[in-house]
Formats: sequence, C-alpha cells, structure tokens
Amino acid sequence: MSLTGTDLRNLCLAILAFGVCALLPFGDNGYWLGLGVTIAMFTTLATSWALFSGPTHYISLATAAFFGVGTYVTGLGIETFPFWALVGLAGIFGAVLAALVGLATLRLSGVYFVIFTLGLAELVRQVITWVQNNTGQKGLYVLTDLDEAGIYWWLLGLAALVFLTGWLIGRSRLGFALRIIGDDETVAAHSGINTARAKVLLFMVPGAVAAMTGAILAPRYVYIEPSLAFAPILSFQVVIMALLGGASRLWGPLVGVIPFTFLLEAVSSNFPNQTTLVIGMAFLVIVYLLPSGFAGLVDKVMHQVKKRETF
Amino acid sequence: MDILITGILLGGTYALIAMGLNLQYGVARIMNLANGEILVAGGYFAFIAYTATQLSPILTIFLVAPIAFALNWLIYRIMLQPLVNRAKTRGQLETDSILATFGLSFIGVGLMLSFFGGDYFSYSFMAVSVELLGNTYGANRVLSFVMAVLICGALYLWLNRSRPGLSIRAIATAPTSARLVGIDVKHLSALAFALGGAVTAVGGALISTYLTLDASTGVVFTLKALIIVIMGGVGDVRGTIVAALLLGILETVVASLLDPGLTLAAAYVMFLGILLFRPQGLFGKKPT
Amino acid sequence: MATPVLSLRGVTKRFGGLVAVNAMDFDVSEREVVGLLGPNGSGKSTTLNLVSGALPLTSGHISHWGNRISGLPAQDINRKGVSRTFQLVRLLQSMNVRENVVAGAVFGHRRRWGQDAQDHADQLLEKVGLGGKGDMALGQLTYIDTKRVELARTLASDPKVLLLDEWLAGLNPTEMQIGITLIKSLRDEGRTIILVEHVMDAIRSLCDRCVVMAAGTKIAEGTPTQVLSDKEVIRAYLGDDYA
Repeated sequence: MSLTGTDLRNLCLAILAFGVCALLPFGDNGYWLGLGVTIAMFTTLATSWALFSGPTHYISLATAAFFGVGTYVTGLGIETFPFWALVGLAGIFGAVLAALVGLATLRLSGVYFVIFTLGLAELVRQVITWVQNNTGQKGLYVLTDLDEAGIYWWLLGLAALVFLTGWLIGRSRLGFALRIIGDDETVAAHSGINTARAKVLLFMVPGAVAAMTGAILAPRYVYIEPSLAFAPILSFQVVIMALLGGASRLWGPLVGVIPFTFLLEAVSSNFPNQTTLVIGMAFLVIVYLLPSGFAGLVDKVMHQVKKRETF
Repeated sequence: MDILITGILLGGTYALIAMGLNLQYGVARIMNLANGEILVAGGYFAFIAYTATQLSPILTIFLVAPIAFALNWLIYRIMLQPLVNRAKTRGQLETDSILATFGLSFIGVGLMLSFFGGDYFSYSFMAVSVELLGNTYGANRVLSFVMAVLICGALYLWLNRSRPGLSIRAIATAPTSARLVGIDVKHLSALAFALGGAVTAVGGALISTYLTLDASTGVVFTLKALIIVIMGGVGDVRGTIVAALLLGILETVVASLLDPGLTLAAAYVMFLGILLFRPQGLFGKKPT
Repeated sequence: MATPVLSLRGVTKRFGGLVAVNAMDFDVSEREVVGLLGPNGSGKSTTLNLVSGALPLTSGHISHWGNRISGLPAQDINRKGVSRTFQLVRLLQSMNVRENVVAGAVFGHRRRWGQDAQDHADQLLEKVGLGGKGDMALGQLTYIDTKRVELARTLASDPKVLLLDEWLAGLNPTEMQIGITLIKSLRDEGRTIILVEHVMDAIRSLCDRCVVMAAGTKIAEGTPTQVLSDKEVIRAYLGDDYA
C-alpha cells in the first residue's frame, strides 16, 4: 500500500479541517457549540451508515437501536468504569448486535432487512422498559464532569476515526468486494467472494459507531429513559442525511448533514409540529429529485464538463 | 379459552389489514410502508363520521372504501408508477419504493398531526358485551371480526373466481409471463394497489371501534401487517389469514400473561423465528 | 482410468413439478474440452448452474478431483478453481474494464491484489484482444468486447476448469473464428473446458467429446461426429421425420 500525491494532499486537508473544527469550543460555548455537537453526531452516524449502505444498497434503520444500546452502556457503567472504557465497550456491544442482526437478515432480500431494522429499536426499547418495570427502576442518571466541549471533542475524534476507517476500507479487499456485491451479487459469489460474510462484517461498522456515539452523548442527556434513548426518528434522520448527501462517496453524507441539520433546526424552532412533514418531503426529494444525492449530482456535472472539454 | 377467542377476534382484523398490504406487495410489487397511515386515516374518518353525525362505522366503511380506493389509485399512478418504469432491477424498485413510501408515511403523519393534533381518539360504539362460550366480549370486537371475515371471504372469492381476480393472481405469480398472455399489468397493478389501500382503510375504520388510535400509531400497524405478510407468504391469502390469527393470539397471550408493553416485542421474536427457519413463509415452497 | 476432473452422478434438479435436469451422469477428464449440447430448454444451462454452485441440486452429486463440491456455495467452488461465464453477459456496471477483470483476480482460486492484480488484468486483456482498453468504460464496448471482458474476469483467478455458457453465441463469422482460436489457446494452456454451445462449427472444431441433452436427460455421448449422426440426437433436434 502506498500513498499517491493526491492521497497525501487529501490527508493534509482532512487533518487541517479537523484541526479547525476542533477550535469551535474556544469561539463559542452556547448555541453554536450545541449545533456543532449535533452536526458532529450526525456526521459520524451518517458517514458510518453510508459505509455499509452505500455499496450494498441495504437501507438500515437500526441506528436508533445501536445508539440506544450505547447510551445504556454509559448509563449502567458510569459508576464503575472510566468513560473511555465505556465508549469502547459500547462499540463492542454495537458490533455484536449488528453481527447478530446481519446474520439473521442479510442472507435475505432487502425488504426483510429494512423491516427488521425498523422494529429493532422498538424491540429493544420494549424489553428494557419491561425489565425496568419489573425491577422498579425508572431511568438512569448519568452524572459526569464531561461538558459540552468535551462531548464535542469526543465526537470529533470518533468522526475522524470513521473517516479513516472508511478510507481504509475503500482501499481494502473488503471494500472492493462490497463494490462488486453492490453491482452484481451473483458475479460476486462466482468470483470467490463470501458475500454474506462481507456484508455482515461491514454492517458491524455502523453498529459499533452508532453505539459509541450513543455512549458519548449519554452524559448530555443527564437522565436516560428508554423512549429518549431509542427514539426511532434518529434512524430516519440519518438515512435522509446520508442519502441527501450521497452514499457513494466518503464525503457525501457530510454534505447532507450540514444543510439538513440547519433546516431541521429552523423548522423545529419555528414550526415544531411540522418536522415529520419535512422528513417526509425530504424522502420524496431524495427519491424523485436526487436519487444519488449531492455527491452524485457533482459527479454528473464533472462528467459533463469533462465531456465538453474533449470535444 | 378466553384469551384464545380474544386473540382470534383481534387476528381477524389483522388479517384484513395484512390482506390489503399483501395485495399491494404481491401484485403491485410495492412494499407500502405508508400502509399504517392509510389505516389510521380510515379510523379518523370513522371517528369523525360517528362523532359528528352518529353514522355507524359499519356504514362508514362504504364511504371509506371508495375514497381510499381513489386516493391509493392516484398515489400509485402519480408517485409509484414512475418508479416502476425507471427501475432497472427488482432491487432498485425495492429501495426506491421503500424510500418513497416512507416519505408518504411521514407526510401522512404530518398532515394528520396538523389537522387533528397529536391526541388519541376513540369513541364508544356498541360498547356492550356479548356472551360467547361462557365468556363476555365487546360487541364492537365481535362485529369487527364478523365484518373482517365477510370482507376477506369476498376478496378470496373475487380473487379465485372472477376474471380480474385471476389476472391479478397471474401477475402476482409471474409478472413478465402475465404480460405475454395479454394481461394489462400496469392497469391491474394500479387496481390491486388501490384495492389494497381500500381494504386497509376499511380495516382501520373497523379497528377504531375498539382500539384507541392516534396520528402516529400507523407505523405499529405497518410493522404488524408486514410481519403477517412475510410470515404468511407473499401473495398467499390462506397463509395471511393463518399468520394474522397466530399473531392475534400471540399478542393476546403475551399481553394478558406477561405484559401489554411487550406485544410488539413478541411479534418481533416470532418474525425472527420465521426469518431464521422459514423465510419463504409458513406455507411457501422452498425457493429454488 | 485416472480420476476425472469433474464427475456428475445422478445429478437432478426440479423446479416445483418440472424436472429440468434428470439423473445426469458424465465425467470430464483433465485438459478435455467437452461440449454440452441440446435443443433450447433441454437443461444445459441449468446443468452448468448446478456445477458452478449457482443453484442447489435436488439430488445426486458432483465431484471435483474426487472431492464432492455439490452443496458448496458458489464462492467455494470458484476458489477450488472452477470458474464460469454467464449466458447473458454479466459485468460490473460501476467499474471500468480493468476493474472488472481485477474483480475476478482478488478472491478466487489464485489471489492477487494491488499492482500485481492490475498487471495481471492488463495481461489478460491483452490476451483476449482488449490490450490497452483497460481504462475504458463498459458503455463504450461492442458486444464481443463485453464477452471478452467477462472471459478475462473468469480467467483472472487462473481456474483449472472453465464453464462457458454460450460464449460464442451472437458473434459474427469473423468474431467466431477469433473466439474459437481463443478457446483453443485456453485448452493448450492445460485448462479443462465445458462449453454449452449451439454453433455446430465451433463444436466440431473445439470439442473432444460431446454430451447431448434433451428434456433434461442425457441422450448421447461421444465425439462430435458420433453424436451429430446419432439417431436420438437428430430426432431431438429435428423430429421423427428426419431420424
């Protein structure tokens, strides 16, 4: 494996960008930092989502389930373990849960996968609620000395890790195998690829990342209860942001996260009852106007420019 | 025994809802994730008709059905047909229709929220009890079940005896071959989709007589209907009915013996079992 | 007799009530080119699909150098060095010509990665007559060229057994000659080849032996000259009047 000039340039740019982003808490500690946390959270979630769903075209709605599991790992373990260990532990739980879901559903067609992941958050939520009711416990307090800036830096670090992972997967055999699977699963199998294994392995990435994100954000909620931790809307927001930006490129989801976060922010502060309507419209925009997202649009424009140059 | 009958009564209505979804998925090949919103809308309609004009839900369904039919026909023609036309592969249509119907589902919820607010709605219709085999049940439940059986039976006969019904089953079995023997696949797919929507909306009107609904409960019914359709086998009327009854019984058992908060979780565990051991459905043949 | 490279015993495939392949028995020796012939719908492609692992068998078994391969998933069969082309060309649409060939080299029988795989792909493209076209998009290719890309991908993992499903179909006479020469050169490299084919010229000049199927059953086996004059075979193709 060797780095070309472009790789090095992109790497330097990425490090620079992360460096600049890391300075945000020194500039503002209120509204903008809050928004920064939201953007960092969705960037992490949407980018890792696209790592799996981009090449395979499987639509996962399991984000909320993994995220909720992560918040509960922090909630239950904060008295006993250091914070960094909890984030790691959440990652392991998320990956294992993803592997189990993947083994059960990824052999089958995409519809089964969507339906199963759609209800997964609800399933886990009902079970946790039931356990809590039976043990007489209501919610969990997460009290740490981690402030908003700390959470922001943690998320930024996780985002950097996701981008690095995505970049490495893109250069690896696994990444190549998934591109083949995305194009034609029959050809993939006849080229010696264990398609089920490749899909399950890759699905563990967004599983782990979403759980880690949940673990990092738990201190922000202070008080955790199932309906908060497993809010299904999170899964849909992630899908929209990733597809709006374009799941075919590593940087695609980021392009969707930023405008959509601002849009949702504006809508929910001005017309709090219309957020579902906006989410619905966003889905239709994706299907009818931007089937491959902003990234796809950019690629198309670039392609046309190139074509014009050759004539 | 008590639990069993309550479960079967519930399962009857589930069968109706799932039958609607099965028509849409089996024939029109659209996994309609906005199905639950159509159901809730049907419920709202019955609620308004009853509270405003004392119109019995049993009569309302004759209004709900044509309206839902027209609405779903328009949705298919305007929004979904273009997706069918542009899809190069089955997988692409699957992804596109999932995303589009999610969009419709959220828009449906959003519209209902802004018109009716987020409150639960319920009304008391035939809230008297009847005695069956020594136990008492709500008359509204029993009536809904009877109506569901009648509608399911009519649908079954229509699919198996009538010419359009036969064509629809042909499309469900082999869409490309159906075209070759002169069946108008486009037209009948729209028809099946609209009919499925009408059946679901009627199910919603019936279910609103004994269950409390609100604008955002649709997704729960969508999930249950999906589980039933997959468990019963896509395009399989008999399987749908058996699966719906099983789910109704399972939910009632879990709710009365364990915890009412676990019904969806129970349905899910059943779904997982199906995925692991019989992904082709209860009566489906092994895929070749 | 030496252990055959491939051996089919009682291989049967049912689709619901239809028996597509009925108790097929035949062997293929090393470096042999065996043609699988028969009228449309006689089960040739299905047989190939059973060998490559694209479909599971209903009953019977298939072995490769004496080891059972039926029941294994397609990827495992490919890794054992049995590789195939498809009746309708299947290429990877999001990739260019070279990447399509590399796709066959990375996970199969003999694995290559990185620059090694790229170079190997370029060599194979040269060999199938697409030298220098590695950077082209698939959309720019002619029909025969798409078939060449698929063959190059199939060869990329250096398989010992090649399954060619009507690879010569749809080519014009000049292209056909090129195609026949190419397949001959693959045999001369020591590969064993099973080809499903309709084109009689190709069968006569390529096949050492032919297996003829009709309605899912083997009706004749022998050299091309033998089977093409066989009464059963003529009846299957042309009807009773000609037999």
